[in-house]
Amino acid sequence: MAFKHDVIEKNSILLLVLTLIVVSIGGLVEIAPLFYLESTIEKVKGMRPYSPLELAGRNIYIREGCYNCHSQMVRPLRDEEERYGHYSLAAESMYDHPFQWGSKRTGPDLARVGGRYSDDWHVAHMADPRSVVPESIMPGYPFLAERPLQITDVAAHLRTNRIVGVPYTDEMIEMAEQDLAAQADPDSDGAEGVAERYPGAVVSNFDGNAAELTELDAMIAYLQVLGTLVDFEAYEPEANYR
Amino acid sequence: MTYLVGLVMALAGIMGLFLVAKAQDGGMAFHGSLFVAFCALGVFWMIKRHYEAAAGDYDFEGETQYNNGVVRAGVIASLFWGVVGFLAGLVIALQLAFPELNFNLPWTNFGRLRPVHTSAVIFAFGGNVLIATSFHVVQRTCRARLAGDWAPWFVFWGYQLFIVLAASGYVLGITQSKEYAEPEWYVDLWLTIVWVVYLLVFLGTLMKRKEPHIYVANWFYLAFIATIAMLHIVNNLAVPVALSGSKSYQLFAGVQDALTQWWYGHNAVGFFLTAGFLGIMYYFVPKQANRPVYSYRLSIIHFWSLIFLYIWAGPHHLHYTALPDWAQTLGMTFSIMLWMPSWGGMINGLMTLSGAWDKLRTDPILRMLAVSVAFYGMSTFEGPVMSIKAVNSLSHYTDWTVGHVHSGALGWVGFVSFGAIYYLVPKLWNRERLYSLALVSLHFWTATIGIVLYITSMWVSGILQGLMWRAYDSLGFLEYSFVETVEAMHPFYVIRALGGALFVLGSVIMVYNCWRTIRGDLREERRIGTPAAGPATATAAE
Repeated sequence: MAFKHDVIEKNSILLLVLTLIVVSIGGLVEIAPLFYLESTIEKVKGMRPYSPLELAGRNIYIREGCYNCHSQMVRPLRDEEERYGHYSLAAESMYDHPFQWGSKRTGPDLARVGGRYSDDWHVAHMADPRSVVPESIMPGYPFLAERPLQITDVAAHLRTNRIVGVPYTDEMIEMAEQDLAAQADPDSDGAEGVAERYPGAVVSNFDGNAAELTELDAMIAYLQVLGTLVDFEAYEPEANYR
Repeated sequence: MTYLVGLVMALAGIMGLFLVAKAQDGGMAFHGSLFVAFCALGVFWMIKRHYEAAAGDYDFEGETQYNNGVVRAGVIASLFWGVVGFLAGLVIALQLAFPELNFNLPWTNFGRLRPVHTSAVIFAFGGNVLIATSFHVVQRTCRARLAGDWAPWFVFWGYQLFIVLAASGYVLGITQSKEYAEPEWYVDLWLTIVWVVYLLVFLGTLMKRKEPHIYVANWFYLAFIATIAMLHIVNNLAVPVALSGSKSYQLFAGVQDALTQWWYGHNAVGFFLTAGFLGIMYYFVPKQANRPVYSYRLSIIHFWSLIFLYIWAGPHHLHYTALPDWAQTLGMTFSIMLWMPSWGGMINGLMTLSGAWDKLRTDPILRMLAVSVAFYGMSTFEGPVMSIKAVNSLSHYTDWTVGHVHSGALGWVGFVSFGAIYYLVPKLWNRERLYSLALVSLHFWTATIGIVLYITSMWVSGILQGLMWRAYDSLGFLEYSFVETVEAMHPFYVIRALGGALFVLGSVIMVYNCWRTIRGDLREERRIGTPAAGPATATAAE
């Protein structure tokens, strides 16, 4: 054999460089095309960036580690579509930095939980899951209702999202502070603006406590929007076949 | 050089002070103070060392040719974090069986404690074992002292700081929610610095070697260090909201972020928990068996095919998701091919015992190492099976995955680490042998029964739940509501917790045994494998 492995075994830099080349190939071939193949993300109607309150709720969802037990990815299998609804599209998480598809269903999938339960149900369920689902093994989150929603600079969160590619407009960023509070206060002057800037946003006094904007308001606002944005009446899977 | 590093640390500490003062959230302020304390202690240590060296009190070459101090520290840290990580696992296992144990407080709920468990066992226990053993192996197989004077210690203490920042962050709610990559941007940056120094120390030692060849264990360690650096950096690309706040947003979104994450996640398994620990296998199995590695050619094929194929396997975590089909199929294909190099490695490890099989009867340390390789073979067979889309449609999202991970983590990673630790402790503290081989045997059996309870209960619960989710009644309706399938898991969660408790118990036995060994105690015991009436001997480890 002309080639001798000896050469590599005697040169640490060569070994390092060859190793790096060998381990780079798989990732390059599999991941890089996802950024330019047009068929990766379907063309859909209805997707929009999260409203400030939904985004705040999403951050609480992440903070509490909900993804450890709940997936947000309905697979195209008969039982899943009957249990949860239409299978998830890539387009539905195109503004998710990071994604929340999850890997384990200790609890049910949440990709289409939006609108499935009332706000009141969520309030009771978060305070004590076993009060509404006796067999549940979910931890209780009573503290969410007691904690005021604290964000140092919500506009900065939107701006950061814009840097990583979420199409927040200048207007959305400018109005972020007002929209944050208005979405949980249907009687406020700003409530209409939220619905205008974020079509399909639920404006509601989510936690039932009108006096204060709490973490629970944000959490329920996020849960109620999950899986509700894409207009499946207008969706044609065939249009994405390439 | 030393002065420069001291200066950089002092400046970093002052920067840390500003962070503490300006921090937007309590967690960031707390982490800033930890960082300041770390820098202050580091500068203090360097000054102390400088004066000792100036006064001639300190011999830079140390007491021996090798730098054993940092390896000793790594072994102690491994023992400590091992027990902590296993205990955290037991706690969350009990929470799943008895949800009242969540106490409904932010700091004690399952969602925040689960990453504490995974990071503690993978990065704190596994990482310390890898750092300690790699520093031991690279010195011995190169016949050279570790490169750098302060650098190995910086790697060790810097890594401990990373662990503390990560774990305390989760409890305080600081996480970016990417599994096994939960630490936020500033902790990621810190780990990157530590890791680059680790790579330089390792590479520098290889370059100083007095042996012409780089030993096979070091190929695996080098691949582990270099690839983890690549994975860590790409998967953690993020933009912080503010430099004085902990929150950041990932650079990638949705489907691209998902595949990047599982490209990272699966290769955290492939390179952290496999390649690194194969480095352990290639050094400690031949050492303990006193036999050469079975096949040199096989180790070459094993190495290159394993590191090439592993990287492709990530998409099998995303079967039937919104990831494009072509990527799923590629991931499945390479996962099945991965079976071959995995078993090549298993065969190379097990066959190293050729001519020494009888030692399995008398040497519980070798037994632990051999069984770890057997578990490696078993879980690397189960993995490819689960990566087949049809199987995955049943197994995904269920406890089957959890069981699979633990047969690899407890059986392979755990046992090969325990074997290496049992080998190292008497060597590093210059003891004649371990305090007690009977206790090693007890640890082996306690932990093995624990693993068997764990993985069998998770097989049953996983397959049961997967089947219940897709069960239809005679009228064509879904037979079970989701919560009925949760209810059915209860007995298996109790059995799993019991298995975990036995594994924890085993690790406590190990800590006791190592502690007595370090103290210099020897237990009078009969040599394992000899009849009770046989001559008693205190020198069981020959």
